[in-house]
Amino acid sequence: MRSDDTGLLAREPGETSYLTEGTTLRSWLLSTDHKRIAILYAISITGFFFIGGAAATMIRLELFTPQGDFTTADEYNRLFTLHGVIMVWFFLVPSIPATLGNFLLPLMVGAKDVAFPRLNLMSWYLYIIAGIFTLAALLLGGVDTGWTFYTPLSTLYSNSYVLLAAFGIFVVGFSSIATGINFIATVHLLRTKGMTWMRLPLFAWAMYATSLVMVLATPVLAMAMLLICAERLLGLPIFDPRAGGDPVLFQHIFWFYSHPAVYIMILPAMGVVSEIIACEARRRVFGYQFMVYAMLVIAVIGFLVWGHHMFVAGQSPFASMIFSFLSFVIAVPSAIKVFNWTGTLYRGSIRFSAPMLYALGFVGLFTLGGLTGLFLASIPVDVHLSDTYFVVAHFHYIMVGGAVSAFFGGLHFWWPKITGRMYSESFARFAAITLFFGFNFTFFPQFILGYLGMPRRYHEYPPEFQVWNVMSSTGAVVLAIGYLMPLGYFAYSLLNGKRASDNPWEATGLEWTTSSPPPKHNFLEPPVVLTEPYAYHDWDEAPGGADETRQDEPA
Amino acid sequence: MSATPILVEPFEEAERQREAMVFGLWLFLATEILFFGGFFFLYAVARMQDPVGFARGAAHANLLLGTVNTILLMTSSATLTIAERAARDGWMRAARWGIVFTLVLGTAFLVVKGFEYREDLAEHLFPAAPDFPFTGETGATRFWSFYWFITLVHAIHLTIGLGCVARLLWLERRGTLARRWMVAEVTTLYWHLVDIVWLLLWPLLYLVGR
Repeated sequence: MRSDDTGLLAREPGETSYLTEGTTLRSWLLSTDHKRIAILYAISITGFFFIGGAAATMIRLELFTPQGDFTTADEYNRLFTLHGVIMVWFFLVPSIPATLGNFLLPLMVGAKDVAFPRLNLMSWYLYIIAGIFTLAALLLGGVDTGWTFYTPLSTLYSNSYVLLAAFGIFVVGFSSIATGINFIATVHLLRTKGMTWMRLPLFAWAMYATSLVMVLATPVLAMAMLLICAERLLGLPIFDPRAGGDPVLFQHIFWFYSHPAVYIMILPAMGVVSEIIACEARRRVFGYQFMVYAMLVIAVIGFLVWGHHMFVAGQSPFASMIFSFLSFVIAVPSAIKVFNWTGTLYRGSIRFSAPMLYALGFVGLFTLGGLTGLFLASIPVDVHLSDTYFVVAHFHYIMVGGAVSAFFGGLHFWWPKITGRMYSESFARFAAITLFFGFNFTFFPQFILGYLGMPRRYHEYPPEFQVWNVMSSTGAVVLAIGYLMPLGYFAYSLLNGKRASDNPWEATGLEWTTSSPPPKHNFLEPPVVLTEPYAYHDWDEAPGGADETRQDEPA
Repeated sequence: MSATPILVEPFEEAERQREAMVFGLWLFLATEILFFGGFFFLYAVARMQDPVGFARGAAHANLLLGTVNTILLMTSSATLTIAERAARDGWMRAARWGIVFTLVLGTAFLVVKGFEYREDLAEHLFPAAPDFPFTGETGATRFWSFYWFITLVHAIHLTIGLGCVARLLWLERRGTLARRWMVAEVTTLYWHLVDIVWLLLWPLLYLVGR
């Protein structure tokens, strides 16, 4: 390979990849190649990430001082709604599955493409159409209900842009369902020869578990959104208590989707992190089967815990006790994941590369986020902390500290495969560390704020909370720098980066056996799998490595 | 005997491709069941809270038109199944007629439904209407909310189904249906969702309180 050539599309003589196979805009917008669709998603998701991030910046700016001097109360409400809706539905839910998942899943199972390539393209168009609807609603008039659209605020009192936003979310749900159906069918029916279920990489398993949740949870959200539209548009009183409706019923339906949706965000992150840690510690994943079952158990129990969002919403105490118990139960498989990552790291020969730093950051932040989740799962503590900044900090630790860190880690890990280029390792490490510190500076003070009693969604607060808010807002600046840096060195890598070899990290997995970037049909001939996943034999065969093997595979 | 099917990316064998199509559609049907499940759940809760009011409201639903529609849709289900089997076995004339009958019956359903809507509106059976006869009666009001909501959602599903069946006719005209009978198979599966949902709605909306 030449290393002095410039530009992503500069091609070697006689070499074609999915990137050089047709370079017109049309060849991209009408492509059914899963790799190109992944790129389309990556670009549009990045756009939404920055819109959501801009709203977050304005929120933190407002909270710099105790007075409401930057925005009015109403503008503030619209800002956090914009932030929440965009980040949840247009960034976090599709982030890893639609980009890395779309790109890697067929490669990892040794298939030419996903099972339904045209459905895959359609899901991107649905995503864009939904995005236009929702953005229009949020930018034209703004919605002040928060991303949760609680009734009766959303149906009786809020302005009519709720309709547009809810419809956008209804449509983006179809995009999510289409991706889920595609992935499940791909894993079931397109695995290559020798790729048994227990040889699937954990990322593929994560995509599978996530897809199950997507397919089974999203329709319920669709129903909730449609009912809001029906109540507003046709005056059908489903949630309006004056006509016998029940506003709490909305919360039940909404959280029946939206709690599992948390696992749509975190399961893919777990898959990414498992791949990175195994590779960068040069170790077989400790307790591979437990990792698989833990993910499936999380996917299933994720459906049974929605009631913990409603401890103070007038739910019966008995129901609350059950939901509290089940919420504690789901901590068990989550803890298994953390223990097994630690077990994989134990006596590994660890490379602190950029992807690894993101992955290790994930493990720490996810653990803290998960443990604070236990506070909120216990009813008496939750009654104190409900709707305070403690909750805000908790879910940002999971969703931002967890899911976004892993997304960035995955992006760095597979960047050479996706683009065929290397990036600056030292810049990337610096960005990873900046992101980790920026994140903690931003969100850790919010735990304290919440414990002290500052409610969420207020644009003014008593002056004694200011010091923590200033810390948080300052941290957000550091965090923003951590997010912006990759834009710079990734762009540089596209234009001037060194050519990547087919397997720059010496990783296992089928995606590393094809060229970087892969050809249009992924493999020149269908690969055959002969070994277990994560066969990092070099280390196992080293002196003192033999007893490790025994620990990995209990007889 | 069925003709050699047309293979599309990323499949390499016909049987695997058929399996994927049917499997994918069943997954989609699972999402539809959950979607309608949300409705049935709400309906159950509402009716449990006021069964008498529900029955009072339901007494005004047009049992005759509802039943006619049930018969139309069930018959269309049979004709489409015949068309699908015929397409698989290469009996294209029967397949064509089966598809045409299905289109006619499905359209007839929508026409009857339209007449029924007109009659409902003439009786002001719309909860948002100012002269709604059950104003203040929560059970009956919610019954009519559900009626409008779910029959409209069902009609949208049926319309999409008609589009899919029309596509079969188009494939038949182009002469590729014999080699793409799997398309007929999955269309039929979808069509059955539409008629099964109606088969549940018929007792819930028309037979309550009679």
